[in-house]
Amino acid sequence: MKKELLIGNHALARGAWEAGVRVAAAYPGTPSTEIVEAIAQYKEVYAEWSTNEKVALEVAIGASIGGARALAAMKHVGVNVAADPLMTLAYTGVNGGLILVSADDPGLFSSQNEQDNRFYARMAQMPCLEPSDSQEVKDMVGFGFDLSEQFDTPVMLRLTTRVAHSYSLVELGERKEVSLKDYSKEPTKYVMLPAYGKARHYVVEERRKKLMEYAETSPLNRVEWADKRVGVITSGIAYQYVKEVMPDVSVLKLGLTYPLPENLIREFINNVETCYVVEELEPFIEDQIRAWGLPVIGKELIPRVDELNSNIVAKTVGAKVAELDPELAPLAKPEAMQAAATAETNLPNRPPLMCAGCPHRAVFYILKKLNMVVAGDIGCYTLGATPPLQAMDTCICMGASLGVSLGLEKARGNEFGRKVVGVIGDSTFLHSGMTGLVNMVYNGGNGTLIILDNSTTAMTGHQDHPGTGYTASHEEAHKVDLEQVVKGLGIKRVQVVDNYDLKAVEKAIREETEADEPSVIIARRPCALLSKEKEATCVVDPEACRGCKICLRLGCPALSFDGKKVVVDQVQCNGCGICTQICPAKAIVKAGEANE
Amino acid sequence: MSNKVYNILLVGVGGQGTILAGRILSRAAVSLGGEVKVSDIHGMAQRGGSVVTQVRFGPKVYSPAMAEGTADFLVAFEKLEARRWLPYLNADGKLIVNKEEIHPLPVLIGATTYPSALEDEMSKMVTNTLMLDAFDLARQAGNVKAVNVVMMGALAKYLPISREAWEEALASSVPERFLEINKKAFQLGWETAGI
Ligand SMILES: Cc1ncc(C[n+]2csc(CCOP(=O)(O)OP(=O)(O)O)c2C)c(N)n1
Repeated sequence: MKKELLIGNHALARGAWEAGVRVAAAYPGTPSTEIVEAIAQYKEVYAEWSTNEKVALEVAIGASIGGARALAAMKHVGVNVAADPLMTLAYTGVNGGLILVSADDPGLFSSQNEQDNRFYARMAQMPCLEPSDSQEVKDMVGFGFDLSEQFDTPVMLRLTTRVAHSYSLVELGERKEVSLKDYSKEPTKYVMLPAYGKARHYVVEERRKKLMEYAETSPLNRVEWADKRVGVITSGIAYQYVKEVMPDVSVLKLGLTYPLPENLIREFINNVETCYVVEELEPFIEDQIRAWGLPVIGKELIPRVDELNSNIVAKTVGAKVAELDPELAPLAKPEAMQAAATAETNLPNRPPLMCAGCPHRAVFYILKKLNMVVAGDIGCYTLGATPPLQAMDTCICMGASLGVSLGLEKARGNEFGRKVVGVIGDSTFLHSGMTGLVNMVYNGGNGTLIILDNSTTAMTGHQDHPGTGYTASHEEAHKVDLEQVVKGLGIKRVQVVDNYDLKAVEKAIREETEADEPSVIIARRPCALLSKEKEATCVVDPEACRGCKICLRLGCPALSFDGKKVVVDQVQCNGCGICTQICPAKAIVKAGEANE
Repeated sequence: MSNKVYNILLVGVGGQGTILAGRILSRAAVSLGGEVKVSDIHGMAQRGGSVVTQVRFGPKVYSPAMAEGTADFLVAFEKLEARRWLPYLNADGKLIVNKEEIHPLPVLIGATTYPSALEDEMSKMVTNTLMLDAFDLARQAGNVKAVNVVMMGALAKYLPISREAWEEALASSVPERFLEINKKAFQLGWETAGI
């Protein structure tokens, strides 16, 4: 059997393909993006970037009703966007198997929160599968589709960043052709009028009972008996940390965390002297066990905040177990983790930053200069909130810039409103900005929205979207015309500017914020990482540089100060020329123009 | 192969090629026949940010991420990052550092300064240290971007992985047209580690 090192997301794509998936839809979002990127490589599968997660899930629902095995993938907060169809999908059930992939991000490596989406599984009363390495990810996809069809339910496959983005060996299999199921019109199942919906709720309740029964004997849950003085109940990546720290204690590994197997858990706890629950984030398993009146130790020791790791398990549960018998927790021994040095807290940190030549930088430079209140949004441009630009006041979720800026204006009045600007990326605008914009027009807001149109979804690694004119499989598609869209939504004042032209950016922002009607500025410049030709770089004339350091306010990684003068790193500089426009001594010029 | 699990931490600055280095190392480690796990997590817009790749291999590996204080090797592509991640290195571990300095934004904008005595400090803290000028070696090999492969060449000297396995891993990880340069870079790293 062929084995390959795969990240969890690629194992998921492979598993979906092997299990005969026909339709896969997603909106990008770390740590889920690679799933549909990889599925799009298989010619047997239709894969798409949907405009947002709600649409992605709806496409999967349609495909499932149409008889196909279907999958929708998204990051944890994407499920919030898709929650509306999800909760009713739970009632309709499926035709072809349907898997919702929720890629959670404990530790907020690249997210605005670290919500635990297992609660969605409980709310929708659908099975929740939690794999702990790439092989399990692959196996659980096939398993999930079978379960989905057997119980007529959507299934949540919940990954976390550490599973989604870690490599481990995976046995590859072949694709199993799963034929389309028959399509039949079944309004009482798929048209959720109140009367039909109520009837389906009884079905959900029956299904829940059957799933609880199934959970007791599901091969997804397994007991690893070892020393019975200590038992640990765990799931997902936490299982690996438990085994790492305490390889010889008894473990109940739950692959199915909703619904939980009450009898299996009861029996496990009865057979060990002390039972711990080790789970990342919320006490999802633990609360249920406590509700059954069973004695376990969990969140008194394991934090609810941040990513879990072997260190934390060693220092909490591991330390308790070591008090009982040090041999049971080898990693908790002091010499096991004896470090070469302690942390040095005074080191300069190395924050993520906008790239050299990033077109977003210019806009934030001007917003800062004009002292605007900026209702921001999510994307690479959220870095406009960090030093030295610090020109963003709010960032809540995708699409929030519009509602928040209108709320600020309505709360504090027109005068304040004139200082408020919304800033949103092109992908985010198409994801969930349009409804906010039409709301502003409809409700008499006078706000200004800047759409940062860099022709890509840069943040998540340059995926296409409806505004780029290409699909997930890189085929040409209709390219959305943003000017027409915003005009169609009722905006009369629309300006298009080139981000690299600072004067034009400033003029547009001044004009539009002063106008007594809603307006949109489209700041259009492709992401600096996409442009192939390298422009002439910028250079400093050391004679002319006065060392005022005004250019350093841009926070460009190509600019630095050597103690007296500014220097431009010729490898990093991509010649955007923004620094040449703000240098009061005109000391920075494009290479080649120096002596003209 | 003994029961030992090797813990190797590769750290650097976004853009230095730590991810590719991790791929080469993990592919080479697969040749040992045991388990290999790699953790490759990159937060938002990591260009220019601090990056880390963790590689673990042995007969049985559970977590893809290692605990602090347990790395057998800390391979740092940049000096400041070496110091930042030093708490991951076990007291008996080996530190391999590229002597390059890449200034982070707070230093570039003059908000703080780059620590001056890192090399001395770290040599005092860790007995088992190799510091090399991988940038210069990569230049000698024919491309300054091959710093990552120089570092793998140096690391290779201390690992129980055959040269053939490394060469196969290299050939399957870098584009054909850069293979010769990368082989040279690997060799230069290997030789430096031998001194
Ligand atoms: C609901 C939701 N889905 C996905 C994400 C992940 N995500 C954050 S911003 C973003 C899109 C960024 O693209 P764009 O708005 O064009 O800005 P750019 O990064 O290109 O500057 C994505 C996919 C998220 N935070 N929330």
